[in-house]
Amino acid sequence: MKELDKDNFDEAVLAHKGLYLVDFWGSTCEECLAMMPEIEALATALDGQVEFGKVNIQGNRRLAMREKVLGVPTILIYKDGIKTATFTKEFTADEVRSAVEELRLG
Amino acid sequence: MELFDIVIIGAGSGGLSAAVYAARAKRSTLILDRKRPGGQAATTEKMENYPGFPGGIGGRELMDRFRDHAKEMGARVEQAEVIGFGEEDGNYVIRTRKGVSYGARSIILAPGSEPRKLGIPGEADYSGRGVSYCATCDAELFEGGTVVVIGSGETAVEEAGYISRFADKVVMIVAHDEGILTCNRTQAETALANPKLIWKWNRSTLAIEGGETVEAVRVRNLKTNMEERITCDGVFLFVGTVPQTAFLGGFVETLKGYIPTDEKMETNRQLVFAAGDVRVKNLRQVVTAASDGAIAAYFADRELTEREDFSKAVKRAGHNYLLYFYSPSVQQSLDLVPAAERKAEALGLSLIKLHALKFGTVAARYEVKAAPCLLRVEGENKVETITEF
Ligand SMILES: Cc1cc2nc3c(=O)[nH]c(=O)nc-3n(C[C@H](O)[C@H](O)[C@H](O)COP(=O)(O)OP(=O)(O)OC[C@H]3O[C@@H](n4cnc5c(N)ncnc54)[C@H](O)[C@@H]3O)c2cc1C
Repeated sequence: MKELDKDNFDEAVLAHKGLYLVDFWGSTCEECLAMMPEIEALATALDGQVEFGKVNIQGNRRLAMREKVLGVPTILIYKDGIKTATFTKEFTADEVRSAVEELRLG
Repeated sequence: MELFDIVIIGAGSGGLSAAVYAARAKRSTLILDRKRPGGQAATTEKMENYPGFPGGIGGRELMDRFRDHAKEMGARVEQAEVIGFGEEDGNYVIRTRKGVSYGARSIILAPGSEPRKLGIPGEADYSGRGVSYCATCDAELFEGGTVVVIGSGETAVEEAGYISRFADKVVMIVAHDEGILTCNRTQAETALANPKLIWKWNRSTLAIEGGETVEAVRVRNLKTNMEERITCDGVFLFVGTVPQTAFLGGFVETLKGYIPTDEKMETNRQLVFAAGDVRVKNLRQVVTAASDGAIAAYFADRELTEREDFSKAVKRAGHNYLLYFYSPSVQQSLDLVPAAERKAEALGLSLIKLHALKFGTVAARYEVKAAPCLLRVEGENKVETITEF
């Protein structure tokens, strides 16, 4: 998963053609850390088909707020640079997996 | 299926402390948590009241130490969510979401609690869009903003202090009269002196409102009945906790969701114990959860030992023997011990003495209703109840 920040986010995610999944997390967020391995596994499974990146909100607060992220963990899925799916707080990695599959095929 | 002496569900302070004691008693110990070990305590920035750490210690750091200690003693830690229970060959079976099942001779339930929701309009809709129950997770996202905190207990007051390091303004919604907080005095003094905290006393919260994200909280003054709309960027709720016991089904008895236990931390089910916030108790803290865990593991070990001793006694006694059930609360049953011993000697059989409550499963198997009770057993079967001895 690519480390995204305020300097590379727009070029990497918003200018990307296709699907881009971004995991917003924080190092003091237990729920985020618990979820991360499952998202990383999904990234490996879909390597080459869907792009995956993560944003640490520490140091990227403004970017997070611009993308309307007001709580973590939050996962946003962008299609051709447009936000098309949002998962926040109470969700499972399985739900994210199904959504990615659906967007990829649909 | 792997079988363990003691399986602990929940790796918070209660569960991890139980794991230290269980593993140290040389019991094969497995501890399961659906998240990273640490529980709620790991979500608070600083722990100021855990004895032994003057100046405080980080919540995550303290819980990492609990985890390392449990591992050092030999406990196995696995990430898995427990979804159900069963029984097989006299042992418990613990089913997890991933499909793996574990066998357990005894169980310690330490699933803790989670933040209570108020259930007001907008609360669920704006979860993660300005509504939060976790300051260490989200406070930074409100840097320079206005945040409303609902609650006046220890957690609310402590976390408000943390949030005020980022937010410009923290509006405290308190249901009580001016100056009354339900936290301890040290915390109250610090909070009341914090210039970033703005107090709204005698208020109840009606709704959380906004567009795509939170924009305001609507409150009512309980004295004047006037409604007020407080503009804000986020709302943190610290209004108590609820036990995480839905997954238990009816496995053990619960009271309003909490598990009642005796002093040994044993539930209404044999060899199933509970520890920590999930218990019916008064003070829900790290130090009390750790204490519960130690007690639960101690008695789990002791009861397993008693059962092992019983099996060994039966083996030694051979095919035919007398079983005597006594209870410390029934004086007569204690007074009759010598008589039972003489009876056994006269019959040329060995005598196995059992505490009727501790060996409840054995008593039930032989349909023993009350102590004293003397039985003659052949093989596994009751031959007669001896009444004259
Ligand atoms: C923000 C905050 C600040 C606090 N500050 C303090 C403080 O300063 N001092 C203090 O002493 N106390 C403090 N507390 C209280 C303290 O954290 C709790 O009393 C303590 O964590 C209780 O421990 P526990 O082991 O009972 O449960 P928990 O810590 O809740 O741990 C339970 C664990 O069980 C797991 N679990 C639940 N269900 C399942 C399942 N079905 N399968 C697998 N795993 C499961 C959970 O994931 C969790 O990790 C604070 C609490 C909060 C929320």
